[in-house]
Formats: sequence, structure tokens, C-alpha cells
Amino acid sequence: MFKSKRNILAASILVLMTVATLTASLWLPTSPAHIDPSERLLSPSGQHWFGTDHFGRDIFALTIVAARISLLVGIVVAFLATLLGTATGLIAGYYKKADAIVMRIIDGMLAFPALLLALALVAALGGNVKNIIIALTFAFWPVMTRIVRSAVLQVKNIQYIEAAKTTGTSDFVILTRYVLPNALSPIIVQGTFIFAKAILAEAALSFLGLGVNPATPTWGSMLQESQIYISIAPWFSIFPGLAIVITVLSLNMLGDGLRDAFDPHAVKQKRVKKVWPLWRARKTQKQWAREKEQKSVAENEYMGKEV
Amino acid sequence: MLQYTIRRLLSLVPVMLIVSIIVFMIVHLTPGNPAFLILGEDASAESVAQLEQQLGLDKPIVVQFFDWLKNIVTGDLGQSVYSSEQVKTIIASHIGPTFSVTLLAIFIILLIAIPVALFAVWQRKTLLDPIFISVSLLGVSIPEFWFAMLLVLGFAVTIPIFPVAGYIPFAEGWFEWLYHLILPAFVLAAVEIGLVARMLRDGMLEAVNQDYTRTARAKGIRESVVLMKHVFSNALIPTATVIGVMIAGLLGGAIIIETMFTIPGMGSLLIDSIHRRDYPVIQGVILFIAAIYVLVNLCVDLLYAFLDPRIRYD
Repeated sequence: MFKSKRNILAASILVLMTVATLTASLWLPTSPAHIDPSERLLSPSGQHWFGTDHFGRDIFALTIVAARISLLVGIVVAFLATLLGTATGLIAGYYKKADAIVMRIIDGMLAFPALLLALALVAALGGNVKNIIIALTFAFWPVMTRIVRSAVLQVKNIQYIEAAKTTGTSDFVILTRYVLPNALSPIIVQGTFIFAKAILAEAALSFLGLGVNPATPTWGSMLQESQIYISIAPWFSIFPGLAIVITVLSLNMLGDGLRDAFDPHAVKQKRVKKVWPLWRARKTQKQWAREKEQKSVAENEYMGKEV
Repeated sequence: MLQYTIRRLLSLVPVMLIVSIIVFMIVHLTPGNPAFLILGEDASAESVAQLEQQLGLDKPIVVQFFDWLKNIVTGDLGQSVYSSEQVKTIIASHIGPTFSVTLLAIFIILLIAIPVALFAVWQRKTLLDPIFISVSLLGVSIPEFWFAMLLVLGFAVTIPIFPVAGYIPFAEGWFEWLYHLILPAFVLAAVEIGLVARMLRDGMLEAVNQDYTRTARAKGIRESVVLMKHVFSNALIPTATVIGVMIAGLLGGAIIIETMFTIPGMGSLLIDSIHRRDYPVIQGVILFIAAIYVLVNLCVDLLYAFLDPRIRYD
């Protein structure tokens, strides 16, 4: 997993961000709650790295502190959705009778675009952190159920499961000890993607004014407030947005990297290190031969493992 | 094919039933009395009772559900609490803008994603490949409302080429219509382009390693022809599923984009109704969007089965 530099970079950004936001009160030079009307909408400077907002608050401090809600919502939703999705997916994949019922419900829930479902639930429940977490969990777990179910279906009829059954192993043990480990890699990958999607969705809900209460700064609500100042104070809009992009991109990169790391089919392609001119990036005959040899070795290795 | 179509149509029944239960529950999930929420805390007992009767809130919940379902099936979505117009009429008057912006976005996505994916497959062994993957990941990582703000800042405020917001109906001139829609449609498309291009590329990369592609190459066909004729056309089949994913993203994204650009579509209607606590309209819009989404996916599945006969017998 940590063989690729990209994964290390993404993971360290996320760790750094979490540590930074949790310890914010210890090291931030200005408090995010400090209001100074004489310093309204200042552009970025040595004192205020990201400038100030319409109340004269420091945008850097706000952006750091706002990460708390986003990361909290993201991780809790990812965890709950994974838990629920895995449980329902295992049941649906393993028991034929439950499958029909569970999957009809899942199909019904997947009939809504995720953001729409979350929006509807938040509209009904009211906006606070708990309700946003409930709404987003509800919106994202059906995808997890589908993925776990299909992973279970793939391993269900393999002989070692049959063997476990004939020796009288209980279903619970079969599911948790023999089936689940085989479904683990798609679960982890999808969990990472749900984390990313939940952060984006929370930001969107806050942006639409349906998020947590306005006194708590979040990236989405900061962007909403900044909207009317965009022509005079673009930094107010740019930095919170960049924070979202960096966080979500790191998560997506990590999910992508994990998928590649878990995927036994991924044969590492040797790239010709030449970008320009593109059409000249042809290989010499020697390169072709070498590559072909490597590829066939890799394929044989893989085949050997599988059989 | 007919048998598959019928089977697929029948499978819609449970799905739509679940959908309608969820939509129905929206009102009843609300903490407290919905009538109070709509009218405000200091409403008189009479008006609350009247509204309860109008909405049928005084009956048992199961009876309410079946009454509601019966009305929905007969096409009666109820009456707006805010403007006392029929929900059906309100929705109908908001379809046009959403349809326009989504259609234009789909056009932009296909216009950009297909050539980009082809290019990426063609250059798959150069350094452009990791760059392509990074860019497509970046695409799905950008919140569309933030991207919209940046574009407004760039192309409507700093260099005022495009209007900041607004919508002109098609009937009042196609140029004005298009001119006001380009920015929002592009934002809506931008988020999906990366995803669609990536899925297309992955589909084509699979076809690249197939035997028929090798045969085509062995015959001495030029690489560009191999890609266009043998790889691209075979990659199109799995791409049909991409459309379903894309539509979900677009319908979700349209809610935000319409609010930002003050386009009077379904998304703006939904958000306004949420702020007004106009539950019949909220339910109507959500039900309508879900129904469209389900229908699009049905068409995709049928198309898929039509293109790939193996699926019909599965």
C-alpha cells in the first residue's frame, strides 16, 4: 500500500490536516472567532495569510478550524456506511431469501441521486451534525451493500466455504472469518471513496444553507458567505474551496492507489519516459522485446497464483 | 428481448414502491407536527386543524400512505401549501430550464470526454497517462459550486464575457438561451467529464488487450484505425452504464448549479420549497427526479441488453 509515492503523499496530507485542525487552538496565532470590524475583507498578507472575511476574522484560522466538521462528518459517515453496507451486503450475498428483499430496498434507495436523498432527509430532520451524518449515511450505504454483495457472491461457492459448511461451522463464523476477509479490499477502497463523497456532500449541504448551525464555521458555509463578496474579496472564496479540493483529492488518490495495490490483475506497465513530442514516443525494437518478456513473466506469475 | 423488457419493467414495481415510501416518510420524519412547522409556532388551533385535514394528517399513517399513493398513481401530486397551486403545474413549469441545462451538459461531456479518452488510450504508454489519471481524479474532487464561483469570478466578473446568472427561455431566442446556459452547463459538465473519460479509458484499455485487437494489429492496420474501429466501438458497450452514473451526478449537481445561477428549474424549486417548508412540492419534486432517474436507468439497461445479447439470458 505504501509502495507508491502517491499514496504516501495523500496519507500524509490527511494526517497533517487532522492533526492541524485538532490542535488548532494551540498554535494558531489568531483565534478564528476574533472579530475586528476595522480589518474587514483584507487581502492576504503576512499577518493574515489567507486574508480576512466580512467580519474581519482570519480566513486561515477559520479554514483550519472548519476542517473539524468536514473530517468528522466524513469519517463517521464512511464508518457507519461501511458497517451497515457490509452487514447488509454479507446477508444479501449469503442468504438467497434475504437477497430478494434487501436488494429491492437497496434498488429503491439507489433510485435517488445520493445528494437528493441527503437533501430530502436533512430538509425533514433539520440541519445539525447528527442529522447530516444520518442523512449522508443513509444516502451512501446502498452502494456499499452492492459492492459487498457482489464480492460475497464471487467467493460463496468456492470449495473452502463448502468445506467449512460440511464441518458444521456456523454461518456467523463463515461470514466473518472466511467470506469477509475476501471482500475486505473492495470495502476499504469504497469506504475511502465514501469518505471523500461525504465531505463533498456536507460542503454542498452547508453551501445550500441546510448544513450545521451557521455559528460553526464549515468550508461549505464559508463559501456560501463569500459568494456576495466574490468580486471584491476573491480570496474569501478561493481558500476554503482549495481546502475541500485538497482533502477530497487526497482521499480519492488514496482510494485509487489502494485499489491498484489490492488488484492482483494490475500488471505494472513500463512507461516510455518521454512526453514530448508525443508521436515520437515510439519504442525501439529492443524496448518492445524487453517489455514483452516482462509482461509474459508477470502474466505467468499471476496465472500461477490464481490456479 | 421482449421477455427481458417485461421482466425489467416488472422489477420497477418494487423499486417505485420503496421510492414512494421514502418520499412519503419525508414529511413524517420531521420532528413535531408538520402543520405547526408549515404555519409557524404561533398558529391558531383552528388553522392547524384545517391544514391537518387538508393534508390528511389526522388519519392513521398507513391510511395516509395509501391515500397518498392512490393520488400519486392517478397523477395527483397534491397542492402547494405556499401558493395553493397544483404541484403538478408547478413542476411542469420548472422542467424546461433543468432539461435545457442538463442536455447541454451531456453534450459538453460527450464532446470532451470521448476525444480525451481516445487520446489517453493512444498515449497510454507515455508520461501523459499518470497526468490523465491525476486530472480525472481532480475533476471528481472539485465541488461544483466552488468551480462555478471560480468561473463566475473569471468569466463574468474579471473578464465579463458571460452573464453572472439568469435564464432566458428557448422561445425568446436560441442565442440568448445558449448564451445564458453555457457557464452553468459547463460547470455541471466539468465534474462529470473526468469520471466519464476515465470509465471510457478503462473500458478501452480492456479492449486493447483482447485477441481481436492483436489480430487487427497483426494485419498491419494503422494504430489510429485499430483504436477507432476495434477498440473504441467495443468499449462503447460498457460505456452505456456510464450514462446512468452520469445522469445521477447531473441531476444532483443541477440542484446546486440552478440555485447559484438563479435558473428557475427543479433544483431551485426544491431548495426554495425546503426553505418554505412546502412539503407537498418537496415530495413532488423528489418523486419526479427519482422517477426520471429510474426511467433513464431502465432505458440504459434495455439499450445494454440490445447491444449485448448475453445479458438478456442472464
